[in-house]
Amino acid sequence: MSEFTLVNATMADGSVTNVGVAAGVIKFIGNEVMGESIDAKGLVALPGFIDLHTHLREPGFEQSETVLSGSRAAALGGFTAVHAMANTMPVADTAGVVEQIKSLGDEAGLVQVQPIGAVTVGLGGERLAELGAMANSRAKVTIFSDDGKCVSDPLLMRRALAYVKSFDGVIAQHAQEPRLTENSQMHEGNVSAELGLAGWPAVAEESIIARDVLLAEATGSRLHICHLSTAGSVEIIRWAKRRGIKVTAEVTPHHLLLTDELARTYNPVYKVNPPLRTDADVKALREALVDGTIDIVATDHAPHPVEAKECEWAAAAFGMLGLETAASIAQLVLIDSGESNWQRFSEVMSLNPAAISKLADQGQLLAVGNVANITLINPAATRVISGGGASKSSNQPFEGIELPGTVIHTIYRGAFSVRDSKLAK
Amino acid sequence: MQSRTVLTSSDIDRAVTRISHEILESNQGSQDLVILGIPTRGAILAKRIVDTIAKFESIDTDAVLGTLDITMHRDDLASKPTRNPAKTVIPAGGLDGKVVVLVDDVLFSGRTIRAALDALGDYGRPSAVRLAVLIDRGHRELPIRADFVGKNLPTSRDERIRVLLTESDTENEVVIEA
Amino acid sequence: MKHLVSVADLTREAAIAILDTSLEMSEVNDRDIKKLPTLRGKTVVNLFFEDSTRTRISFEVAAKRLSADVINFAAKGSSVSKGESLKDTAQTLEAIGADAVVIRHHASGAAHMLANSGWVKGSVINAGDGTHEHPTQALLDAFTLRSAIHTDARGKGLDGVSVAIVGDIAHSRVARSNLVLLKQLGAKVYLVGPPTLLPNALVKRADGFSYSLDEAISTFKLDAVMMLRVQLERMTAGFFPSEREYARIWGLNADRLALLGSETFVMHPGPMNRGLEIDAAAADSKNSLVLKQVANGVSVRMAVLYHLLSGGENE
Repeated sequence: MSEFTLVNATMADGSVTNVGVAAGVIKFIGNEVMGESIDAKGLVALPGFIDLHTHLREPGFEQSETVLSGSRAAALGGFTAVHAMANTMPVADTAGVVEQIKSLGDEAGLVQVQPIGAVTVGLGGERLAELGAMANSRAKVTIFSDDGKCVSDPLLMRRALAYVKSFDGVIAQHAQEPRLTENSQMHEGNVSAELGLAGWPAVAEESIIARDVLLAEATGSRLHICHLSTAGSVEIIRWAKRRGIKVTAEVTPHHLLLTDELARTYNPVYKVNPPLRTDADVKALREALVDGTIDIVATDHAPHPVEAKECEWAAAAFGMLGLETAASIAQLVLIDSGESNWQRFSEVMSLNPAAISKLADQGQLLAVGNVANITLINPAATRVISGGGASKSSNQPFEGIELPGTVIHTIYRGAFSVRDSKLAK
Repeated sequence: MQSRTVLTSSDIDRAVTRISHEILESNQGSQDLVILGIPTRGAILAKRIVDTIAKFESIDTDAVLGTLDITMHRDDLASKPTRNPAKTVIPAGGLDGKVVVLVDDVLFSGRTIRAALDALGDYGRPSAVRLAVLIDRGHRELPIRADFVGKNLPTSRDERIRVLLTESDTENEVVIEA
Repeated sequence: MKHLVSVADLTREAAIAILDTSLEMSEVNDRDIKKLPTLRGKTVVNLFFEDSTRTRISFEVAAKRLSADVINFAAKGSSVSKGESLKDTAQTLEAIGADAVVIRHHASGAAHMLANSGWVKGSVINAGDGTHEHPTQALLDAFTLRSAIHTDARGKGLDGVSVAIVGDIAHSRVARSNLVLLKQLGAKVYLVGPPTLLPNALVKRADGFSYSLDEAISTFKLDAVMMLRVQLERMTAGFFPSEREYARIWGLNADRLALLGSETFVMHPGPMNRGLEIDAAAADSKNSLVLKQVANGVSVRMAVLYHLLSGGENE
């Protein structure tokens, strides 16, 4: 394994120093130089990013994405770990499937691929999947989610929350009351009424979150809320955290930047679940990310083939790409806005997701002795987003938008997965 | 852009009076006569002609005067900006067996009149169709000629003739622009 | 003007121009030879993903009276049912050389998609997309009302005319198109219906609203009431408890007709559920414009086809 020194890198606290890496770990932080010198002047060195919400589509939907193509996109986006959502075919609801996904990730070797297990068999919402078997498998699953579907049955949700306590697991809820969102196409509001597209009301998300934080309190379990999208949801999480309930929450980059006005184009690239909301929601989500009410940014990277998006809105699939643009949007919201700093950036992109997932060797501050999962970005660079990048799909919602910051190097376990913004292998 | 007046207000009035007389003369009176103006300025001229005739003959203006819009029969619809069609008014007696005099302001390529003849067929079968124009500027593209002409005006193709009538333009004159 | 996807694309002037042209077209429809050579050589495709014999026939007659060639394409499948996708269908039509595609689709935005996709080069006319818009219906409603109110309607709008649209506003493409177009023409538009079917966002754009038809009749000096068809599946979805209750509160019956007075016109886009949203007494009254609406459909669609398909590239 190579030895190198990142020379004159800017740390999250603003200090400028050298970082030496050898044998996969950080050997020193200081003025020395060892091995190959890599100029990191102007680059911010951060703990490798961790995505808690990625759809890698394999097995079953390899025309959209594979573990390998998704790993490439992740590495280019500065990630050193991603969590593969369970809605594959077959569903990741047994030890066998989660182990298969983990080995595909190891084989790709670009990022750590950590499987998420389904809460219920086949995402059917009726019977608990073998959560213990998945937790005890080689994949060591800690996060369980029926994402794409809500665990809407309150009794089943209560049982799942209680059950995962035995191995300190966490249920990641896709909060969507199914009856309130039958055939829903976009955020329910002025725009949906004008466009004649069936609305997805905010209350359908908020009512489930309210119920689940109370269930988490009653069971004393850990609850994670996927892709928070409304100002009302933020209020409920804020209340729950004040009350000491063990709840964490994520927001996606697209919910931090885009609004339902985009649906006026009837371009299904903007169709996503939960839907793009209003300006007021975007503002509330940004504030919540800054003040800590929302713990992490997670991409909900959801690749879809062309034919699933090149059609009328109602027939199109929900979801958008996100791995290669997430860090830029987090920078926009936290740094360029002047609202926060790189330390908070590290928390929401790396430290907090690792803590929720209990990932070893990931999401650690850059410190001597820690495994070298490091992302270096150039915050001063800008780029205009075009196309789907390394993903097999091209449902790019940020097409044509100029975003700040580019990932220059991604170092995964002491080796470059991305060097000079190009995949190392 | 240069412009010069080729017909003054009184020239126009004289031409209208002369055409009116010629129509009566060739028709040997006003019986079975229908005068259809092509909007916009042809319709104004047609009304002037009928008003002039009414001074000499006792006629029911409504039974003689009409308008014929030819917009929907034009052959240049695909190449020119969309025009809003104008009103067509056929006198209550219809056109069958009548002598129809079409009236237009300027006769140029002849295509407008071709469209008018086409449109006319949808409303009836006149015994004869005549053509009256205030200006004949030449450059015909179809075998069409006017029976009654206010003034023959040799022009070059790129010149523009503008007929201004009080009813639509406040002025009353014909100018040529190059 | 290239496409007619939404009435919002029409300026007041453009809308009035179409209504004026419709007036000329209605005269053509009254004469012995009901045919104009205007669109000779043009091909109009009626692309219907949703059954609607009335609308299709209306467009077909309109196109034929303007001498266009008409192809009826009833596309049953959709990409939802894994049949042929909108894109494939559109490209087939493009290969045929369609100058205009009249599209009726169950998905809101389908016409917009077709017009903006680049899949077809011709004009796109929205003949009803999901619960979004039905622009030619709104134009024929405006035309019918304008002709009923003005003896010489040419060049006029609907300034100061007050219209109540009554019923399932939430799911009505007719209501959406009329709300925008009637207001564009200067009318005051009131929305009336059960709260479950009256979305706030649309109410905000109207000049007033009421949850009670009786209240609307006594409050707004109405020149016309436009009754919307009630889809029976709304009842099973719990938007209102029963047909009887709906008819009692929002139905236009003889009593309400009397309250409206002899100056108020009654309209309905059809087909009517007699005895539900409208009684025979109202539907067949001398103030009813329902039959005129049907008759005017062809004239208005001829005008729309003319305005879209004539005119060169460099307008």
